[in-house]
Amino acid sequence: MENMINLFVQQENGERLKLEAPTDMGLSVMEVLKAHELEVQAMCGGMAICATCHVEVLESGELPEQSEDEAYMLESLPHAVAGSRLSCQLRVSPELDGLVVRIMPEA
Amino acid sequence: MKNITTDICVVGAGPVGLFAVFEAGLLKMRCHVVDALPAVGGQLTEIYPKKPIYDIPGFPEVLAGDLVKNLQKQIEPFHPTFTLGERVEHLNKLEDGTIQVTTVDGTEINCKAVFIAGGLGSFEPRKPAIPNLEKYESHGIDYMVKDPEKYRGKRIVIAGGGDSALDWTIFLADVAEELTLVHRGSSFRGAPESADKVAALAAAGKIKLQLNANVVEVHGENSLKAVIVQPDKGDSHALEVDYFIPLFGLVPKLGPIDQWGLELEKGAIVVNTFDYSTNIPGVYAIGDINTYPGKLKLILCGFHESALAAQSAYKLVFPDKKFSLKYTTVNGIQEL
Repeated sequence: MENMINLFVQQENGERLKLEAPTDMGLSVMEVLKAHELEVQAMCGGMAICATCHVEVLESGELPEQSEDEAYMLESLPHAVAGSRLSCQLRVSPELDGLVVRIMPEA
Repeated sequence: MKNITTDICVVGAGPVGLFAVFEAGLLKMRCHVVDALPAVGGQLTEIYPKKPIYDIPGFPEVLAGDLVKNLQKQIEPFHPTFTLGERVEHLNKLEDGTIQVTTVDGTEINCKAVFIAGGLGSFEPRKPAIPNLEKYESHGIDYMVKDPEKYRGKRIVIAGGGDSALDWTIFLADVAEELTLVHRGSSFRGAPESADKVAALAAAGKIKLQLNANVVEVHGENSLKAVIVQPDKGDSHALEVDYFIPLFGLVPKLGPIDQWGLELEKGAIVVNTFDYSTNIPGVYAIGDINTYPGKLKLILCGFHESALAAQSAYKLVFPDKKFSLKYTTVNGIQEL
């Protein structure tokens, strides 16, 4: 469909769950994950201040750069990894098509 | 204050908790407000005091910190009392129908109604995933610095790269016998002047700085004796320490509220939208902490919820009086 992309969530057993997401609704990846009732708390609602939507990006094209707020939050997380992002800061756009993430457990 | 009697105990001093004091005050109900944080304002004060909010009716733009100040001013005439820096632990219904709320430090609040305005929950320190961490909590591992003097002449390791890790490193550099700051990253994104000070302290040999490294193990007997530091490149090494202080910011948790017998749904308290009452009579939940069909986590929705909860609680506080809606334009504000 037009204006739709596919996102994938890698489950613990290695399987990848496919999620369709519209690119024209100003959604964040966090909001897509929540809409599919996946285990993201996203308590702060998308302000990059609680890190309860922390994901590890496993595969992607070029991603938008981290904002200062996101970088600061990720840097202060004890269990962040090289591919860590806050899913609330990733806007669903055509460039994100095929993105594979793993939802990070809370510290 | 250890024993308080009031009409309504408001749990949570965020914007909705504060405004609930106003709505209760208009109906001549006294409030006592409890919050786990040492300052009022909840996440507005703790997390984004300098961020502008654009959806408060009548304020095209207001800084979160200013909104809190205005709310404090607005409730002044009703002289609410506060217990700050204490998390609520227990809620008990007493035989005479009153409710007793107890904090972690033993403060007891006896009241006729409870408004839970707990927002995202209480902010608790984010704990790193290190095995056996719990074993040494309060026996060498602290997640916040309450009494800096405790560390005088001691060997301490601080972990973290945020502002609180930097600030406490600077402060404790002169207090501790030996201080090592371990940070996962290669630089600090916190306040530049703090980062510069930490670099200067390290250059002067007053502290040790371990960048690109993590604390991965903790060891001891009854109390903590050593931590293992693992750099990104190279071998790990042990540091003998008296205290390990991981400072990785705060994360919101529902906390003991989930043990009170309230009906919960995905970490939020289920309420009846008639008056935002919970399944426990006399206990209401307002603001971000509640859930109902169509719930929006907005400050303005919490304000509305507090007005309706207050008129419902009026029947519990003044069972013999009839409720009548009073307009502030007609009656003004009558001090309590």
